Amino acid sequence: MSELRRPIECGVPDSKQFMPPVLVRNYGKWAWHDRPQPGVLRHVAEGGDQVFTVKAGTQRQMDIHTIRKLCDIADQFCDGHVRFTIRSSVEFMTPDESKVKPLIDALEAAGFPVGGTGNSVGFISHTQGWLHCDIPGTDASGVVKALMDELVDEFKHEDMPNRVKITTSCCQINCGGQGDIAINVQHTKPPVINHALVSGVCERPAVIARCPVAAIRPALVDGKPSLEVDEKKCVCCGACYPPCPPMQINDPVNSKIAIWVGGKHSSTRSKPMFHKLVAAGLPNNAPRWPEVAEVVKLILRTYKADARPWERMGEWIERIGWPRFFEMTQLPFTKYHVDTWRGGRANLNASAHLHF
Amino acid sequence: MSKKMPSTPMLDELEKGPWPSFVSGLKRLADTEDKPHGNLMKSLLGQLEHSYQTRKGYWKGGTVGVFGYGAGVIARFSEVASQYPDSSEFHTLRIMPAPGFFYDTKTLRQMCDIWEEHGSGLIALHGQSGDIMFQGCRTDQVQPAWDKLNEMGFDMGGAGAGVRTAASCVGPARCEQACFDTLEAHKTLINDFTDDIHRPSLPYKMKFKFSGCANDCANATQRADVAILGTWKDDMQVNQAEVKAKVKQLGRKEFINQVIRMCPTQALGLNDDDTLDVDNKSCVRCMHCINVCTKALKPGKERGIAILVGGKRTLKIGDLLGTVVVPFMKLETEEDYAALVDLAHRMLDFFADNALEHERTGEMIERIGLANYLEGLDLPLDVNMISQPRTNSYVRTDGWDEEVRKWNETKSSAAE
Repeated sequence: MSELRRPIECGVPDSKQFMPPVLVRNYGKWAWHDRPQPGVLRHVAEGGDQVFTVKAGTQRQMDIHTIRKLCDIADQFCDGHVRFTIRSSVEFMTPDESKVKPLIDALEAAGFPVGGTGNSVGFISHTQGWLHCDIPGTDASGVVKALMDELVDEFKHEDMPNRVKITTSCCQINCGGQGDIAINVQHTKPPVINHALVSGVCERPAVIARCPVAAIRPALVDGKPSLEVDEKKCVCCGACYPPCPPMQINDPVNSKIAIWVGGKHSSTRSKPMFHKLVAAGLPNNAPRWPEVAEVVKLILRTYKADARPWERMGEWIERIGWPRFFEMTQLPFTKYHVDTWRGGRANLNASAHLHF
Repeated sequence: MSKKMPSTPMLDELEKGPWPSFVSGLKRLADTEDKPHGNLMKSLLGQLEHSYQTRKGYWKGGTVGVFGYGAGVIARFSEVASQYPDSSEFHTLRIMPAPGFFYDTKTLRQMCDIWEEHGSGLIALHGQSGDIMFQGCRTDQVQPAWDKLNEMGFDMGGAGAGVRTAASCVGPARCEQACFDTLEAHKTLINDFTDDIHRPSLPYKMKFKFSGCANDCANATQRADVAILGTWKDDMQVNQAEVKAKVKQLGRKEFINQVIRMCPTQALGLNDDDTLDVDNKSCVRCMHCINVCTKALKPGKERGIAILVGGKRTLKIGDLLGTVVVPFMKLETEEDYAALVDLAHRMLDFFADNALEHERTGEMIERIGLANYLEGLDLPLDVNMISQPRTNSYVRTDGWDEEVRKWNETKSSAAE
C-alpha cells in the first residue's frame, strides 16, 4: 500500500482569486445599489463602475451535470465567475448591462428560476433529510421542492411587504435555522427503545445528560443494562436519539410537522426574534406535503395582504397582535401555544394591553 | 455491470413542477452506464424511495476519516444495505469554500470531475454551516477524493466538537453597507483555527460567522457562538440632495411611513424642506433607513465590529441569541486583526476550560453569568451589553465600592 499523504492544512482559500475583476477593482469602494427588476441587483462603485447581479434558484443538492450547466452559463456571460448565497441561490455577475437579459433568458431556459431578491420569498434554507442525515424525521429537500413549486411566483416577484425567509428542518435540532416561516418536524411520542442494543451502542450517562427534562434514567431490562424514559416527563424532543440510535424517535405517523412564524436574524428595525409556534400536528405527508403547503400559503397570503412595507413577518404580528393573527388566519389557538419552557413567562401578556 | 433503474413512484412526484428538481439530478447520476456512480445512485434512489414509502431515515453514523485529520468526513452506513447494497456506504466530505462562496468555473468543474471519479456526483452548495458537501462516497474513495480536493487548495471543514466552518456575507466585495472586511476577517480568523477544526477536542461545537452590518446576511446572531457584526461609531452619512430625491420618488407620506416611522428609536425626522433630521445619539445602527435609501444614506466613517456571543438553537436549554460582549472594535490594521484573533483564541480557551460536556458557549454563559465570562476573558463591562439592568434584588452587592472604583478607572482611562 502506498504511503498516505499528509494533508495540506491550508484553511480557506482567498476569495479574490475567484471574484469577477470588477469586484476586485471596486473592493470596498461600492457607493450604492438598487434593483432594476426582480432577480437583478445593480451595484454602482464610487468611481462609476457598475456590476449587475442576476440571482437564480437551485435545488441545492446538485448533481454535477447541474453544476456544469451553471458553469456553462457563467462561462458564456460572466467570464467564468459565479457565487452562491447563504441560502443556496446562485449569483451571476457582469459589468455589462446588455448581458442581463440574455443571461436571464439562459437561466430560465435551463430551468433555474430568476428571483429571490428584495421583498420576495427567497429560497428555503434546509437540511439533509432522508437523503443523508442519520436522524431525520422527514426529507427537507422534498418538502422544499414541493413548496417552492407552489411559491415560485413569489420567488420571481417582489410583491411581499418585505423579504420572506423560510426554513425547514427534519428534527427539532432545527439545522434549517430561524425563519419568517419555519417548517419543522415535531415528534409527538416518546422514543421507542430497543433495549437489546442500548448497552452495546450507547454511552448511557451521556444520553441521560442530554435530556433537557431529566426524563431518562438507567434501568435493567431483561437483565441487561439499558435506559428507560419517564413518559410523563418526556417532551418528545428527540435529543436522546442522536447519541443513542436504539432510542428511535422517528415514527411514520406520530412524527408530525409544525409551523413556526416570525423568526428574524437581522437587527434591522426590531431586534432579532425567534420564530413562534402557530400550527402543529400536520402529517408528514410525503412526497408533496400538501397540508404543509396549505398552511404556509395561508400565512403568506395573510401577511401579504395586511403587513406594511418593510415589516417582516414577526414585526407585522407584533403590530397587529397575536389575537388578530389567529383571527385572520383562522388557525386554531391551543394550550400548546402557551410557552411552558424556562423563561416562558416572558411570553405571557403581563399588561392590560388587549386586542378586540 | 449496470443495473436497472429502481422504481420510484413517490420520488417521481418530485420531478413535477417548475422548481429545479433534486430527484431529476439524482436520476441523471443514476442513469449512466460507464461511470462508477451509476449503480451507487440507482441504489441510493432505491433507499430514498424506501424512506419516502416508510417515512423513516436509514443512515447510521460511524467513523471514517482521512489521514492526519480527526474530523470533516461525515460517515454514513446504510441500515438497509442488504436491500440496497451499492449504496451501503455514502459518506460526505465537508470542504470549506472561499469566504463569500465565490468560485470560478474552472474550480467548480475540477470539483465535479473529482466527484464524478471518486464519489456519487452529488454536491450540495452549501451545507447549513457553509461547507461544500461532497455527498456520497465509499470508504475506500474518501482518501483519494480528499487528496485531489486538498491539492486544489481546499481544506476540510469542521464536524463534531470542534471549531466549525465559518460563513460570511458578501461584504465589501459587492456591498456598500459592509462596515468591515467580512471576507478578510473570515479568512484570517478561521485559518488561525485549523487545528481546532481538524482535530476536535472541545466540549462541543463552536461557530464563527461574519456579517458586514446589522442586516446580518450571514445569519450570525442566532447561528454562531461568536457573531461578528459590522457597525459604526460616528454619525451616519447623509446626502440630503438624494434624500430629497427619495422623498419625491416615494411621496412625502410614504417616505414618512417607510423611513421615519419605522426607525426603532425615533431618531429620524423629516424637515420642512424634505431633508432628513438625524438624531445620531439615538440611532442604534439598525440599517433600516439605509436599506430604504441606498443612495442617500450610508453608515458612518468610523467603522468596526461588534461581537455577540452565545447564539444557538434549542438543544439543550432552549434557543439563545448572541449577546453583546464587545460593542465596538476597529478592524483595519494588522494589529486590529491580531487583537480579534487573540480574543477569539481566548474565547475558545475559556470555552474549552469551562464548558460542560455538550454545552455550547451560550449555555455556559447562561450557567456562569455574563459577568464571570467577561472577567475570564478580561473584557471590559459596557452598558451596551444589557437591554436593561437587573430587576431581581437577590444579589449580594458587598463588592459594590470596588466595582465602582473599577468602572471609574475604565472611564478615566477611556477618556485619556
